Amino acid sequence: MRGACRRFASRTIGSQGTELAWIAAFLLPYIAVLLAFLLYPLAWALWLGSTPSLYRELIDDPRYFPTALNTIVYVGIGTNVTMFMALLLSGYFMDRNRWIKGLLVLFMLPWALPAIPAFVAWHWMFVGRFGFANSLLEQFFDIEGPIWFNSYVLALGIDIAATVWKWMPFWTLIFLAGRMAIPQEIYDAADVDGAVGIRRFSYVTFPILGNLYFVCTLLSALWSIGEYSGVFFVSGGAPAHSTEVLATYGIHTAFTVGDPPLGMAAMISALPLLVPLTILLMRRVRANEVQL
Amino acid sequence: MNTFRRIGKIAIGIVIAVWTLLPIYNMLLIALDDDAAEYSGNIFPVEWSFESFQVVWSQDYWYLEHFWHQFGNSCFIGFTTMVVTVSIGSLASFALGRMRWRYSWVFANATLLTYAVPASFLAIPFVSIMHRYGLSDSLWSVVIAQAMFATPYAILILRQYGCLVPLELDDAARVDGATPWQIFQRIYLPLMAPALVAVGTYALLLAWNEYLYQFLLLSSTESMTVAVALDQFFDSDEAPWNYMMATAIVYAMPPIATYYAMRHYMVAGLTMGGVKG
Repeated sequence: MRGACRRFASRTIGSQGTELAWIAAFLLPYIAVLLAFLLYPLAWALWLGSTPSLYRELIDDPRYFPTALNTIVYVGIGTNVTMFMALLLSGYFMDRNRWIKGLLVLFMLPWALPAIPAFVAWHWMFVGRFGFANSLLEQFFDIEGPIWFNSYVLALGIDIAATVWKWMPFWTLIFLAGRMAIPQEIYDAADVDGAVGIRRFSYVTFPILGNLYFVCTLLSALWSIGEYSGVFFVSGGAPAHSTEVLATYGIHTAFTVGDPPLGMAAMISALPLLVPLTILLMRRVRANEVQL
Repeated sequence: MNTFRRIGKIAIGIVIAVWTLLPIYNMLLIALDDDAAEYSGNIFPVEWSFESFQVVWSQDYWYLEHFWHQFGNSCFIGFTTMVVTVSIGSLASFALGRMRWRYSWVFANATLLTYAVPASFLAIPFVSIMHRYGLSDSLWSVVIAQAMFATPYAILILRQYGCLVPLELDDAARVDGATPWQIFQRIYLPLMAPALVAVGTYALLLAWNEYLYQFLLLSSTESMTVAVALDQFFDSDEAPWNYMMATAIVYAMPPIATYYAMRHYMVAGLTMGGVKG
C-alpha cells in the first residue's frame, strides 16, 4: 500500500485519548463486519477442515487429483493470457482515435455483464454438434466442427477462453489507467534517446508498469482460483466431470453431495497455492508502494 | 508505412469487436428464435420473434411467474450493498487516511488480506454461519457478503482519492473547534463525492452480477433473485432456452446501463486507484 500521500501535517487537537476513541468509532462498523462475517466463518472453515481423515478421503477420490491439476492449468494459463493480452490491449487503447475510444466502451461489455448470462452464452456457442461456433465454421470455412464438450482439452480450453473474455476488460482498464499515469516527458526523453517501438516498450513502459503488472497478476490468480461460474456454467465439468476445478468440486461436494467438511477440505487443500501468492502480494505491495 | 499501420489498427479493432460480441450475439440469436426446443443452426435470425421477451415481460411461463418480484429482489440487493459499502468504506477510509494513528498501516494491510480470500472458498462456512445468525434465506445475508467483498476495494480507492483533498482543510476546521464527525460530514464526504460514486457503482455491479452467494443463500420463492431463477432453467431437460436467454438479456440490462452512465466516474476511480508507481 502506498504510504498514503504525505505524512500528516495536522496536529492533534485535544488529547490523544479522544482521538483514538474517534478512530475506533469510525472503524467500528468495518471491524464488526470483518469479525462477524469474515474471521468467524474463516475460523469455522479451518475447524471444519481440520480432521486429518478428510484428506485421506480426498486422496482416495479418483477425481481429486485431476481436479487439482485442472485448477493449476486453468489458473496458470488463464491468468497469464488474461494479463498479457490486457497489457498489450491497453497499449492499443491508448490511441486517441475516436473509433478506438468507442471500441473500448464496447470492449468493456463482458465485464459489465452478470456472471450467468456471460458464461451461459459461451456454453451455448459450443454446445452439441450444431452450436453457433460450429455453424460459423461450416458456413465460412466448410469445416465440420468437433463436439467441443466431449473433449477434455477443448472443454477446458473453452473454460479458459470464457474466463479470459470476462475478466480481460477489467485488467485492460487498470493497465490503461497505469499507462496514462506515465508522464509524457519520459516518453519524450526516450524519443530523443532513440527508443521507439519494441524498445520503447521494453525499456520505458514495462519497467514502469512492471510492478503493477506483477501485483495485478497475483490478484487475478487469487481470484481465478476461486472462480466458480466460469467453469460451472461453461463446461459444467463435461466431459464426465473431467474439467472440474477445486471451486466447483468443493461447492458440489459440500452442497450437492451434502458433505461440507469434505468440500471445505478440498478448498483448504488449495492453501499451498493461496498462501505463497498472498505473501508475495503483500510484500510486493508494501515494498513498492503500488496502490491498487 | 502509415497506411500499413492504419490497416493493422483496423484489423486489430475488428478482431477485438468480433471476440467481444460473438457470445453476446449468440445470446440474442437464441432469444429471438421462436422455436424453443432446439437451436436451429442459423447464423442470422430467420425471422425476428420478440415473443420470448413478451413472455418475460408478462411473466407468462411458470419459471418466470415471479420475474418482476425477483427483479425487485436483485435491485434491493444491489442498492443496499451499494449503501452499506459506501457507508462502511467512507468511515473506515476517513479514519485510516485522515486521522493520526500509528498502527493504521496494520489495519490497511488487513484489508488487503480480505482481497486474498476467494469468494467461493468462504461460501461453505458462510452459509452455515448465516444459519446460525438466523439469516438464512434472507436478502441481507447476500448484502453483507457482497459488501464485505467490495469494502476493501472501496477503502483503497477512497484513501487514494483522499490524497487530493488537502489536509489543511481538516486542520482549519479543527482550529475552529469541529469534531472529527463534523469534519467527516461537512468536508470529507462532499469533497469525496466523485470517488464515492465510483465505489458505489462498483459495489452495485458486483452485487447485481454475482451468482454463487445468491444461489447458496436464497432458496424460497419470496427471496429468490433473477440469478437464482435463471439457474432453475438448468434443472429441466426441455427448458425453453429462448425464454432463458431473453430473461438473461433483460437481467443484464441494468448493470450495462449503470456502467455506461457512470463510466466516467468509474474510469476516474480506477485511474485514482491505479498505479502511481
